[in-house]
Amino acid sequence: MFYRENGQFKTTYRADQQIFPITQDRFAVLAIIAFAFFAVPMLADEYMFRAILIPFLILSLAALGVNILVGYCGQISLGSGAFMAVGAYMAYNTYVRIDGMPLIVALLSGGFFATAVGMFFGIPSLRVKGLYLAVATLAAQFFCDWAFSRIGWFTNNSSSGSVAVSNLQVLGWKIDTPVEKYLFCLGFLVVFGLLAKNLVRSAIGREWMAIRDMDVAAAVIGIRPVYAKLSAFAVSSFVVGVAGALWAFVHLGSWEPSAFSIDRSFQLLFMVIIGGMGSIMGSFFGAAFIVILPIFLNQFLPWAGDLVGVTISTAAVAHTEFMIFGALIVWFLIAEPHGLAKLWSIAKQKLRIWPFPH
Amino acid sequence: MKLRQLALAATVVAAGLSGALTSSLASAQAKEQFFPVLSGRTGPVAPNATPWANGHNDYMKLVNARGGINGVMTLVEECETAYATDRGVECYERLKGKNGGATVFQPLSTGITFALTEKVPGDKIPLITSGYGRSDTADGGIFKWNFPLIGHYWVAGDTVLQHIAKKEGGWDKLKGKRIAVVYHDSPFGKELLPIVQERANMHGFTLQLLPVPAPGVEQKAIWLQIRQQKPDFVVMQTWGVMTPTAIKEAVATGYPREKMFGTWWSGAEPDLKDVGAAAKGYSAVMMQHGAEPQSAVVKEILEKVHAKGQGTGPKDEVGTVLYMRGVVGAMLAVEGVRAAQERFGKGKVMTGEQARWGYENLNLTQAKLDALGFKGVMRPVSTSCADHLGANWARVHTWDGAKFVWASDWLQADEQIIKPMVKASADKYAAEKKLTRRTPADCQS
Repeated sequence: MFYRENGQFKTTYRADQQIFPITQDRFAVLAIIAFAFFAVPMLADEYMFRAILIPFLILSLAALGVNILVGYCGQISLGSGAFMAVGAYMAYNTYVRIDGMPLIVALLSGGFFATAVGMFFGIPSLRVKGLYLAVATLAAQFFCDWAFSRIGWFTNNSSSGSVAVSNLQVLGWKIDTPVEKYLFCLGFLVVFGLLAKNLVRSAIGREWMAIRDMDVAAAVIGIRPVYAKLSAFAVSSFVVGVAGALWAFVHLGSWEPSAFSIDRSFQLLFMVIIGGMGSIMGSFFGAAFIVILPIFLNQFLPWAGDLVGVTISTAAVAHTEFMIFGALIVWFLIAEPHGLAKLWSIAKQKLRIWPFPH
Repeated sequence: MKLRQLALAATVVAAGLSGALTSSLASAQAKEQFFPVLSGRTGPVAPNATPWANGHNDYMKLVNARGGINGVMTLVEECETAYATDRGVECYERLKGKNGGATVFQPLSTGITFALTEKVPGDKIPLITSGYGRSDTADGGIFKWNFPLIGHYWVAGDTVLQHIAKKEGGWDKLKGKRIAVVYHDSPFGKELLPIVQERANMHGFTLQLLPVPAPGVEQKAIWLQIRQQKPDFVVMQTWGVMTPTAIKEAVATGYPREKMFGTWWSGAEPDLKDVGAAAKGYSAVMMQHGAEPQSAVVKEILEKVHAKGQGTGPKDEVGTVLYMRGVVGAMLAVEGVRAAQERFGKGKVMTGEQARWGYENLNLTQAKLDALGFKGVMRPVSTSCADHLGANWARVHTWDGAKFVWASDWLQADEQIIKPMVKASADKYAAEKKLTRRTPADCQS
């Protein structure tokens, strides 16, 4: 009843080409962005910002990047952690080696170098597909792990191999409180989210999807696989690289290569699979599921135990958390193999015909 | 159908969250000094980090049984990090404001220490990193909030090399020798390297650096390399599951255990128990304490905590190496608060900022330590504004097949070498961060 596009006539090309063609969607997105920018800073406490919201925003951004490659272009990649690492370390090097380097330029340069590395490791995608490509991209992961822990130049010859940045500021705006960090990340996420949303419905986005659905057919109708695949690697790596730089600069402050280990690559891939492949919204759902659920379980279990008068030991909580988390992943994948985003679109469909489903 | 399930799940989640928030608010009570514990009861270091947490918590219970810190009871809450830096940071954020504010954090992970070093100055909470973390944080002039009390990696590295030199009959005998360093390929492992490199340059022995990727369960290639090249000694900077793996590989490749020396984190019972008699002869350097089942404090814990059924862990681990490390860590944390109370008011709950002053002005004389039950366990510790280390003594113990026995007298790390290294490294950190050294006035705060 409320969510229904009947009567919304598009009388201009502009109206027809909007990112969100349905008025309700447009308002909902605007409302969510406004809520995130204005209401959340007033509602959330420091713990929420630092432990939940900031990691959620940054990993959403990374998942968005991975989704472009895996979900839209169909190129399975296990190198996302490596591209995050490239973003983080190259942003660090740009930031500390060049005096007076503005923060945003440094972060974007991290994305730029990640793009270069991503395209390089994307070259095998021209020959190998599917799981074989996943194995090929593992090379990126292992190479970057090796490079950042072995080559002293990347860590500014730090003896421990751990690097740190502080005193972040943009045009005199000092980013040190959790709220400021949150807003900074949110700014990046909104810009990249809208860009990605716009990109995937453009010519190049359609090329990616054509390649994903059937690359031979796509080539027959005149889509260049080299261009489509490498551009997906480039865009994806750029976004992932910027997310890596943000993760290092804003969230961790001090990091080592293990922050971007193979586990991170898997985590990002799972976010995309659980959230929904080929869906911008899915990236957010996936990130929320993977970031927030374990922390929630970790706090909820002792609390639930107290409720019934049982004290659960720290180790037992950690083990139970893993078990429940694993079970939930399996359950979600069985209940909805297309990811949480599919649930979302089913919900929208139901809303459209509500209250008369038949 | 699916919608309903989803709505149901959302309600449960919301209810849980609000409940968790209110419960954390309600527990803020007066007269309790809150000591958060970042535990590692799961993950790659669980066998070693679990006794640490048990020892820490048992000593806190003992303090309460003794009547608290001038009447202020200790309160402990754990958060599980599984040795992962991101979870550690989350735990820090979760615990730092709870129960009236955290007194001090002991992360028990070098990775987490690096991350928290950036955060604690803003939150005004001190960090105690006994034997791990950044070695250069011993320089209190730059690192106001970090306390690597009673030792860090460079102290351990220096004393283990001293022990080897002594066994050989002097530093000059090491000339031309080859020492392999098997280390965890992370900041934890790499932090050791500057001191061994410095010593290698001074005394003319060659180093063979052998990094092992985390968590350290794949070492076959490295030990085959050791077998082939036959270094004169192997120094191990290992932790968690990595240590027993290394010793098993050494047994398999036939490298003599008498020539293997671990640093502070590489020589505890969980590492050697499974190998048992085959590990006989393996030594590790211990800063201050080792396994101390006969010490007064252990007897008191058994009597006042375990006998009442309040023990945190199994009774038979009381007094083992890592259990004692937890006890010593807790003791240092408590004594800092006691020192702070002398200045800011006896019988009051100290804030993190006040406790920091206590850690900086710690003066644990032998008499005080003996009274606390640490006779024979520890030597005096005294810190100052410039020196956040407090003591640099160590001993070496050797595994006799079933337990550890002391194999050396007290060794003191050479400050002539370590001090300039600490200062240079701290100055480099300060230059990167654009920090200035603390003024004498700041030392009084």
